[in-house]
Amino acid sequence: EHPKMSGSQVKGVSTGTTILAVKYRGGVIIGSDSRASIGGDYVVSKVVNKLIQVHDRIFCCIAGSLADAQAVTKMAKFQLSFLSIQMESPPLVKAAASVLKELCYRNKEELQAGFITAGWDKKKGPQVYTVSLGGMLVSQPFTIAGSGSTYIYGYVDAKYKPDMSREECMQFATNALALAMGRDNVSGGIIHLVVITEDKAEHVIVPGNKLPKFHDE
Amino acid sequence: LSAYDLSASTFSPDGRVFQVEYAMKAVENSSTAIGIRCKDGIVFGVEKLVLSKLYEEGSNKRIFNIDRHVGMAVAGLLADARSLAEVAREEASNFRSNYGHDIPLKHLSDRVAMYVHAYTLYSAVRPFGCSFILGSYDEDDGPQLYMVDPSGISYGYWGCAIGKAKQAAKTEIEKLQVTTHNVLKSLIISLSPFSPFRIYIVHDEVKDKAFELELSWVGEVTKGRHELVPKDIKEEAEKYAKESLEEEEDSDDDNE
Repeated sequence: EHPKMSGSQVKGVSTGTTILAVKYRGGVIIGSDSRASIGGDYVVSKVVNKLIQVHDRIFCCIAGSLADAQAVTKMAKFQLSFLSIQMESPPLVKAAASVLKELCYRNKEELQAGFITAGWDKKKGPQVYTVSLGGMLVSQPFTIAGSGSTYIYGYVDAKYKPDMSREECMQFATNALALAMGRDNVSGGIIHLVVITEDKAEHVIVPGNKLPKFHDE
Repeated sequence: LSAYDLSASTFSPDGRVFQVEYAMKAVENSSTAIGIRCKDGIVFGVEKLVLSKLYEEGSNKRIFNIDRHVGMAVAGLLADARSLAEVAREEASNFRSNYGHDIPLKHLSDRVAMYVHAYTLYSAVRPFGCSFILGSYDEDDGPQLYMVDPSGISYGYWGCAIGKAKQAAKTEIEKLQVTTHNVLKSLIISLSPFSPFRIYIVHDEVKDKAFELELSWVGEVTKGRHELVPKDIKEEAEKYAKESLEEEEDSDDDNE
């Protein structure tokens, strides 16, 4: 009984997880749960932060093998830091997503990690990209991933609107994550959110006892 | 000169690397190439000296496409320039492969300049005997123009000339306020030092016989793609150039 990770089997510590990123008017919100588990039986950590900063205004959230994800994001962070110094300007969100994609695609035999990259850059403003397990790169207005995401496709499809305000978007993201965490046994803990705009990247935490409650809670 | 000029790995007592200076001589002896950065694009012009009537028209091009949005005009040893164009193409292509977007021109010119510089460090190789001008246009950064010389330095320019008539060309370019012109206007009015017009001024009728003019542009008018200037526009520009040249000569005559 290994946790199902988008249909594949993961060894070792994995982030049975729920992650998402949503574009709104003027920024993006990227969010995740905080549970890390082995085999769906034992919770290794209740407070993992799955939102990794790869540059000033660019964050990634990770799904799959935690070890693989950490190795890849570390490499991406280095490459982006080097690039931004050489080019004397912050990297494009597209460039960050591309770097992750190259790492995932070129090493697909060894790796089992997927990412959502979201951020803000001067050229195109707020953006969201998905890099899947095998190295596919796709840009979307919002995206959800991880084992818990399967339970909330209906919710996000029904409730997403383009050009939301920051508050509307926060509520949307929090609700989506809470619903997934409520049904997926390998997602849970607290909600981590990062709100990225031109001015700053703000980390918001919604503790377990402050999660939105629904009809049966 | 002395024992200090035999290899690129030797400094002279006064701190010069003669091999690099000799490489620059190769550029100075070549026919002229110019680049102009206007308000909405870049124009390149190259004076291509035709050594034999038997050559097919358009052979030995001196303007290269490096990427969709980047062009390169060269002066100096053409074979050296060709291999550098290939280096630039690989850099631009690898960048797009890794980062998913067009390479910014400053970054490309820094990378190629680093490559050129590497060949000035060792006695086992010789420096590249060519300078080149890179130009690009995109909606966000606008028009950009950079020049790289055999020593491996790159410079950003508003207007730039390399080759035998570079001084005369630069003087002509300085006379124009290029930053206020758009690309079409530049082509038709001034393409200066180099433009179809002026090139007739800087072209030495006695020493150099026949020449072909290679013209290319990239800007808003080409939607960011680097292309050779279409034949009809080129001919119109040449006609205008010749006419304005004659007018100048006439007014010069009047002044005498």
